[in-house]
Amino acid sequence: MTYLAGEYDVAVIGAGHAGCEAALAAARMGMKTIVFSISLEAVANMPCNPHIGGSSKGHLVREIDALGGEMGKNIDKTMIQVKMLNLSKGPAVHSLRAQADRKRYQMEMKHTLEKQENLELKQAEIVDIKIKNGKVYSIETDIGAIYKIKTLIVATGTYLGGKIFIGDYYKESGPDGVFPANKLSKCLTKLGIKLIRLKTGTPARINRKSIDFSKMEIQKGDDNIIPFSFDDKIEIFEQQDCYLTYTTEETHKIIRENLHRSPLYGGIIEGTGPRYCPSIEDKVVRFSDKPRHQVFIEPIGLDTDEMYAQGLSSSLPEDVQIAMYRTIPGLENCEFTRPAYAIEYDSIDPSKLKLSLEYKDIEGLFFAGQTNGTSGYEEAACQGIIAGINASLKIKQKEPVIIDRTQGYIGVLIDDIVTKGTNEPYRMMTSRAEYRLLLRQDNADLRLTEIGHKVGLISDERYERFLKKKENIEKEVERLKHTTVKPTEKVNAFLENKRTNKISTGTKLAELLKRTEITYEDLSVIDEERPILSEQEKEETEIQIKYEGYINIEQEQVKKFKKMESKALSPDINYEDIKGLSLEARQKLNNIKPLSIGQASRISGVSPADINVLLIYLQMKKKNV
Amino acid sequence: MSTIVSISTAPGIGGIGIIRMSGENTFKILNKIFRAKKPEDISKIPGYTIKYGYIVEEENIIDEVLVSYFKKPKSYTTEDMCEINSHGGNVVMRKILEICIKNGAELAEPGEFTKRAFLNGRIDLSQAESVIDIINAKTDREAKEGIKQLEGYLAEQIKKIKEGLLEVITNIEVSIDYPEYDTPEVLEEDLKNKINEATKQLETLEKSFDNGKIIKEGIKTAIIGKPNSGKSSLLNAILKEERAIVTEYEGTTRDTIEEFVNINGIPLKLIDTAGIRKTDNEVEKIGIEKSKKIAKDADLIIVIIDGSKDLTDIDNEILDNVNSNKTIIILNKMDLEQKINENTDKIKNFKNVIKISALKKEGIENLYEKITELFNLNKINVDNDIIITNERHKNQIQKAIKNLNDAKNSLNSNMPIDIVAISLKDVLTNLGEITGEEASEEIINEIFSRFCLGK
Repeated sequence: MTYLAGEYDVAVIGAGHAGCEAALAAARMGMKTIVFSISLEAVANMPCNPHIGGSSKGHLVREIDALGGEMGKNIDKTMIQVKMLNLSKGPAVHSLRAQADRKRYQMEMKHTLEKQENLELKQAEIVDIKIKNGKVYSIETDIGAIYKIKTLIVATGTYLGGKIFIGDYYKESGPDGVFPANKLSKCLTKLGIKLIRLKTGTPARINRKSIDFSKMEIQKGDDNIIPFSFDDKIEIFEQQDCYLTYTTEETHKIIRENLHRSPLYGGIIEGTGPRYCPSIEDKVVRFSDKPRHQVFIEPIGLDTDEMYAQGLSSSLPEDVQIAMYRTIPGLENCEFTRPAYAIEYDSIDPSKLKLSLEYKDIEGLFFAGQTNGTSGYEEAACQGIIAGINASLKIKQKEPVIIDRTQGYIGVLIDDIVTKGTNEPYRMMTSRAEYRLLLRQDNADLRLTEIGHKVGLISDERYERFLKKKENIEKEVERLKHTTVKPTEKVNAFLENKRTNKISTGTKLAELLKRTEITYEDLSVIDEERPILSEQEKEETEIQIKYEGYINIEQEQVKKFKKMESKALSPDINYEDIKGLSLEARQKLNNIKPLSIGQASRISGVSPADINVLLIYLQMKKKNV
Repeated sequence: MSTIVSISTAPGIGGIGIIRMSGENTFKILNKIFRAKKPEDISKIPGYTIKYGYIVEEENIIDEVLVSYFKKPKSYTTEDMCEINSHGGNVVMRKILEICIKNGAELAEPGEFTKRAFLNGRIDLSQAESVIDIINAKTDREAKEGIKQLEGYLAEQIKKIKEGLLEVITNIEVSIDYPEYDTPEVLEEDLKNKINEATKQLETLEKSFDNGKIIKEGIKTAIIGKPNSGKSSLLNAILKEERAIVTEYEGTTRDTIEEFVNINGIPLKLIDTAGIRKTDNEVEKIGIEKSKKIAKDADLIIVIIDGSKDLTDIDNEILDNVNSNKTIIILNKMDLEQKINENTDKIKNFKNVIKISALKKEGIENLYEKITELFNLNKINVDNDIIITNERHKNQIQKAIKNLNDAKNSLNSNMPIDIVAISLKDVLTNLGEITGEEASEEIINEIFSRFCLGK
């Protein structure tokens, strides 16, 4: 029996990191929104590593925050240790990373969803999607509730057709022992959506009391606590420690002797695993000459003694896992609370999506997160907010928000998966960004707050604060560029003290700040009339001046990029009709349907000559109109 | 739109050629390289004007030219355009092309002037399809050329250079993307060494790429020999060769004249032709010392000996002082009875000995053949397209060298590593433009194949 349970503007399947952002964005944009989770205990769960951020992922969190998303605020409330990584490596790659209290992170996020106006959170498994006239029409739960909907966001993570493996044991399951979503896979296939199998895995959890930390290196958080959200201030709190230990030759020996019992090496797992997070058996096989591998022991929360063992993901049988873990210094007597496992799941081919994350062939159907072949909480969340925004804009009959490669890591990520597709879980990396010096974590708000405000996710109040900050920075940069210091004794004594060349004529403060020996803070000694600025404003001013030359070079490159991006290609073009394109280019272009010449040029198999042909085609069309 | 330039006359041994430039900076660039006989502000020069003057580089006159001015929109491309009419032959034209590029123009893609003419609405719509065909045809040829290049020496060299760089870049990138892992520390000294090494290799490549300076500057050729051995007859024989193109301009020193000769695509730069002409009349005035000096600077030495007489002391002294590897011995006056031959003492030490009669212009072909052989000129294809491709590659190599220097400067001024990485990644992009690989993809593949990271 089925019944009509209600009508909604936006429905979201899955309340993981993508689903939560999608649902919140839609509700906050005034859409009547409903979000389903197969288990409400699994909302915003971190079934793998208990941390948020890290290199390039920290950038993503800041961008989500600048757009008005929740991840940054939520981790700010629930972090138990925080670190700014890569401080010595340059401004573009500073990256914030925090250990989360996993349960509190979930509770906070769940509560935020519950409190949110226009939003309903429900526990149910969605088993069917109905399409009418090429548009999403309704969805149905396993117990027969039917919801009529205008748009749908599928954010099913690793639940879709999930199957876990521990040695020769396997069962159909989502992560952390939650039910998988099996029926939805069949429904998607029925709709003509091609699914691919991907694989990932997680290490065991260990009880703290069974670990000997005296044999490990302590890794502490930073004294200076910096929040993820541009809008948050965090009081100093007592931080938890992480620990570092290493595998041994004995560990590797046990792994090698038991490889035949691994489902991956035994050939039972068919999914493609990610190169960047291999299991410990992968590492031992692929890097057989490495005598040891790092293992990080991380706390999972304040109210639990379970610890995460980063670096020891495995799908070997439990008895082998225990024996192997116990060869590691500090883990000799470790007791598992949960074994490591590999998980295989269904994802779609992301090249079937538009840059708005809407499925090309079905109107109103959006996909976000791990379902799109990505990996990681932050990668999922940033797609969630974009899908949420664009599903809402679609209903409002407005143009979708598309962040390009020069505006954010979010843009790089979405452009990459949509333009190139992926055959392994996609992880964000700073190396993927062409304009890394422009896409810094410190200026994510300068890049994206405008967009967040325009769609209605950034309040007027926050926007005003942002504009003030922006103005302060601009004024301060100008002031430093126009303020001259004279070669007085005091100034030269200061310079000498900083071990940098003295000056003999009047010199602009900005010129002095460009010297590597001098920081903005240092300059206060000879710059007495400076305004009072916030830490963020000071940091931004300093980076903008210090790296001005390099920033300008990248901005020149951006101009070239933008020119190609601005040459729009209609998705209705049939590339078979264009004379002069190579065969391969025709096929690829028809498959991807790029929106611009720039995007077309990033498709593998589309040559510069093909691009020339497209340019001419565009010109011809323009003249015909 | 960027400003583009190319040699627009067909390659070959024609006397006059046109270098065409189009784009918003055309006149700015022209202003830097062209000294009009009667200078005038560009705003005062109307379109369709032709001006006479010199192409200069750092105050050195390169060629005497006529320049036609076309002001937008009244030009082939509808952009600001100019045509430089040079009479200097391939070598000089290429030199002018190079100067334009150095001053900010970009080498035009095949068919790009036509493409612009079309894009700017200059060409009729009905011609559009044929334009596509043209571009396709050109690029097909280019593609074939590309494959050939890739299989060859260039790709191999670039791959080697990239390997070294890729290794350090990957070390930098992995330390940034996986800061918590044990990854090799990037040592400044090591980085500097790698940068220097790559710079050196690229510089070598840049030079060899120009066909060992030959195409660019010509083979620096010295003709030496004792008075009355036939130097000036040989010179005249070469210069009067019907297919030769001769340009005359002041050389680096005031009293020498250098002449470009282009025969069968062999570019010769003859040193001190004035000296040859002068001294033949003023016997004994030629100093042996001067000959030695000239011979030392030259890429090619042609020693001319009167075959109808025995070797004199001067002959012997010359033969003792030239490098046999870059020397061709000419036994002149083969029409007369010969007193010496290949096996004569001293001469038998030389591999390249030929007989000619300069006066009767007999055997000159043998000389050209010898030069071709000596400089591997058969292996250098002077077909226009190939040289253009080379120019583009060279352009990328020059950009790569510049980016390497930027990286070094950043390192020296203690910039953080990600700033250094920006320039280094640009180097990979430059080289990737030649070999067709995408830098970021390459780095990521390298990271995963070399490092062991993950949960």
